Amino acid sequence: MNQNPKIQLTNRSKVVSNKEMTFMERLYLPAILKGLYITMSHFFKKEVTIQYPEVKRPVSDIYRGLHVLKRDDEGRERCTACGLCALSCPAEAITMVAAERTDDELHLYREEKYASIYEINMLRCIFCGNCETACPKEAIFLTDRFVASETKRNAFVYGKDKLVEPKDAPIDISKRQTAEVKTFKLDKSKSHNK
Amino acid sequence: MFSTYLFIFLSAVAIFSAINVLLSKNPIHSVLYMTLTFFTLAGHYILLNAQFLAVVHVIVYAGAIMVLFLFTVMLLNLNKEGQFSKTNLMKFIAGIAGGLLFLLLIGSLKSFDVAVVSNPELTQIGLVKNLGTILYRDYLLPFELSSILFLSAMVGAVMLGKKDKI
Amino acid sequence: MDIHFLTYKLSLAGGILLLSLLIAMYATLLERKVAGFFQDRLGPNRAGTFGLLQPVADGLKLFMKEEFMPANADKFLYILGPSLTMLVALLSSAVIPWGGNLNIGGVDYSLQMADINIGVLYTFAVVSIGVYGVMIGGWASNNKYALMGAVRAASQMISYELAMSMAIVTIVMTTGSLSVNDIVAQQHGFNWNIWTQPIGFLVFIVCAFAECNRTPFDLPECETELIGGYHTEYSSMKLGFYLFSEYINMFIASAMISSLYFGGYNFPFMDVLGVSPNWITIIGTAVLFIKIAFFMFVFMWIRWTLPRFRYDQLMRFGWKVLLPMAMVNLILTGFFKLLFK
Repeated sequence: MNQNPKIQLTNRSKVVSNKEMTFMERLYLPAILKGLYITMSHFFKKEVTIQYPEVKRPVSDIYRGLHVLKRDDEGRERCTACGLCALSCPAEAITMVAAERTDDELHLYREEKYASIYEINMLRCIFCGNCETACPKEAIFLTDRFVASETKRNAFVYGKDKLVEPKDAPIDISKRQTAEVKTFKLDKSKSHNK
Repeated sequence: MFSTYLFIFLSAVAIFSAINVLLSKNPIHSVLYMTLTFFTLAGHYILLNAQFLAVVHVIVYAGAIMVLFLFTVMLLNLNKEGQFSKTNLMKFIAGIAGGLLFLLLIGSLKSFDVAVVSNPELTQIGLVKNLGTILYRDYLLPFELSSILFLSAMVGAVMLGKKDKI
Repeated sequence: MDIHFLTYKLSLAGGILLLSLLIAMYATLLERKVAGFFQDRLGPNRAGTFGLLQPVADGLKLFMKEEFMPANADKFLYILGPSLTMLVALLSSAVIPWGGNLNIGGVDYSLQMADINIGVLYTFAVVSIGVYGVMIGGWASNNKYALMGAVRAASQMISYELAMSMAIVTIVMTTGSLSVNDIVAQQHGFNWNIWTQPIGFLVFIVCAFAECNRTPFDLPECETELIGGYHTEYSSMKLGFYLFSEYINMFIASAMISSLYFGGYNFPFMDVLGVSPNWITIIGTAVLFIKIAFFMFVFMWIRWTLPRFRYDQLMRFGWKVLLPMAMVNLILTGFFKLLFK
């Protein structure tokens, strides 16, 4: 097994011995009292519980939570239904149906092609953020919001009604889309944008 | 007045459950009916103001012996049909044996002089103090002898349990 | 038997019944809270302040659950099992003296349901028939795991009853009475039995744990091996009865430990306090309940500290350690009693 006994995976391992127990050890009472002391010391320790709805655990600025489909400055959806996000998704959680924009929809969609149906299955999603990286139109972002619990599996398939950011309440993603990221993404000289 | 009704009730339950010990098809039910019989007997002891006897009866018979019975019967799985051979010869022998026992009981009851206690609530013999005094003063030798008997039975049981190791 | 006496006894009985149910109810909450604190958590605190409505919610949930009965179960015995367990758990509170005498209008009212002269034996009898509920329920479910649990419960209880009775006998020897009231009254002030019977106390408390089926002796319901043990097939309030009676048993066991070894309603300096006897009784009852609460806490403390025994260890411990220990204690007590007569 271990050729060199000095190399160990952990420094907390103990050598087990099957030697006869002494009388004091066989009484077990000191051991029990010691155990009781340990549990009692935990009784007075500070609880680690975070009481979720009232107290929220601080998350990082670039936490990968619930997705958002961004609108541009004029309130038009950015997504052009290119399908790169669905392609990059390792869990195959994204489905979409593309449609062509008609003339009276100019104020709704930025590009000529748009996603008429855009669904993410939150039970499949692993929140890796590949969709965000893949998106050429800066349309999909992961945010620091959580996916709410549901009682039916179907309810976890989020459609555009839940994913597209509301017009009157834009979702701030400035923390994750810094200027450097944006220039890097839009840099035409880089191979990934050719 | 009240105790008379209680006596009638307890006796009825005792007889009913005693009959059911024999009649019930399931051995577990038999054991449970027997336990019920013991409880009613304990109730009779209490009616006779013999509380110590009643409680000891419950502890020893209902609490220990019947639990062991139940334990064994549960593990044996006696529910299967045809465990005992019920040939005509067996029935005949069983009938004769049971009938003889019945005759014996009737005969002994006939010659038995029923001592009528006028006021059973006032007898103090069943209380623990009086019982202890009598056991340890008047019947000390039989008491100690029976305890030695129990001890030897226990040692014997341990010996039987360890038989294969010797 | 006049009507006055009857109302007094009935109200006392009803009071004790309600009290034990209430305490058992909140013991479930306390158990979860204590477990939470021992594991650096908070425990239930959503239903009401500090989770005070949690037992109500739990009870309601159990009532609303589907009542399920296995197809091949013995119907009558299946229902009898939990009922019997509950009944027996409530029975033993009758002989525990919850306090001294209250003097109201020149009449003494004892805070004990029945001061029978064989009180200790009575509790012992009740404990010994307590195993029937478990056995009947386990067998009637027609499930092998339930049966295994029932069989374990039976052998465990019989084994530990012996040592327990030995421990009680030593108490009876020092007191010279089988009445619980006498035993408590004799430990007046700070003259508690624990000072003279430490070994007996140790044996008794270990056996009390075993009789209540509490960890480290909860092998009858050992969920790692037997799913749920004897109550595997039970659901709804029938399961609730089994779980609830465990807490009532715990309450009664704590009351017995406090009464037999820790002076019951007696407390130090009760004679020099200089207040009326009625106040002494009330304070004494409060002190008794503090002691009971402490021992219930100890029950939980042990549960969340020690792991479960293996079955052969349990049997070896009961027969080869506790019983000889109790016997040696018995002989020593007899010896000292002769020596210092």
